[in-house]
Amino acid sequence: MSAVLDVLPYLVAGWVFLVGCYGLATSRNLIHAVGCLSVCQAGTYVLLLAVGYRDKATAPVYSDIKPGSRPVVDPVVQALTLTDVVVGATVTALLLALVVQISKRHDTVDPDELSELRG
Amino acid sequence: MTRRARLWLLLAGGAGLAVLFAAACLKLPAFGGDRHPYGDRAVRASLARHTANTVSSVNFDQRAFDTLGEMTILFAAVLGCVVLLRQTRDEHRAAPEPAEVALPVRRYALIVLPVALVSGLYVVAHGQLSPGGGFQGGVVAATALHLLYLGADYRALERVRPVGRYEVGDALAASAYLVTGLAGLIGSAAFLANTILPYGTFNTLSSGGTVPLLNAAIGMEVACAVVVLLARFLDQAVEIEGEGGS
Repeated sequence: MSAVLDVLPYLVAGWVFLVGCYGLATSRNLIHAVGCLSVCQAGTYVLLLAVGYRDKATAPVYSDIKPGSRPVVDPVVQALTLTDVVVGATVTALLLALVVQISKRHDTVDPDELSELRG
Repeated sequence: MTRRARLWLLLAGGAGLAVLFAAACLKLPAFGGDRHPYGDRAVRASLARHTANTVSSVNFDQRAFDTLGEMTILFAAVLGCVVLLRQTRDEHRAAPEPAEVALPVRRYALIVLPVALVSGLYVVAHGQLSPGGGFQGGVVAATALHLLYLGADYRALERVRPVGRYEVGDALAASAYLVTGLAGLIGSAAFLANTILPYGTFNTLSSGGTVPLLNAAIGMEVACAVVVLLARFLDQAVEIEGEGGS
């Protein structure tokens, strides 16, 4: 049982990532595709936080616990996750702006109908 | 490529990735293990510099240069959105109609607005002490302003939100981060080194050297960036109209 639990969080991260990829490839709507990209990215959050977890540990913040009194989870991957979230949000904003322009110029948000070039 | 062929290709690639990923996971250290060499060193460095929130110490002290890159990505993305969502030649601006707002919504929004704004500023100010920091607090503060759009109407929001000033604020905050980094260059020998200011008393607002300064700069940048971004998207939704009407 514990052998399964040892790797389960990592496998969940991979599963979330693959589900996002599946959604991206089969998407019929660009807004839906941007959502799927966010799902892919959520997989990386899960992976990073799983790597940093430590049993019976608390948050790496010492404003209300005495330093050294309790184990804390890895703050480095938490900071990386924060970076990940911020970059994910900015990429989503930029992609949605592109979708707004595509829908105005081509009157469609279906990626399969965007095959022709237009000057 | 037909949809069917694409799906088969995806399934083959996904299955390959899944197998390799699962094999790699089996070799990873077990979940919840006790060995975190980088984490332990980061905690030690953070405590040595009197920063109670270790995550802030990693972001604004130990990896401050990375955060500069992250901030630049945010800045560039906002710039890209401003360019992409500008008013084009074949579009015109229509004055937004004031909409009817249900009384409970209006009351709730106007009560929550100041509370949310202060919470955002609190989260920014205490970034070096308690969970939170510039990124999180900036988003909360910027979102709080938009409660005015829910509670009153678009024109009320536009009055408290001159977008030009927020664009200037965004650029100023980004420069403030850079200048604080350059100050490190003068005071010691390294860009963004946290050695110019005293570390202060542990667990007080002014502790952590340059961490609170960089944190505040990021808070201002994120708040301005979110306001500008949402303003551009709201412009598209509410004000800008194409030739054909919508």
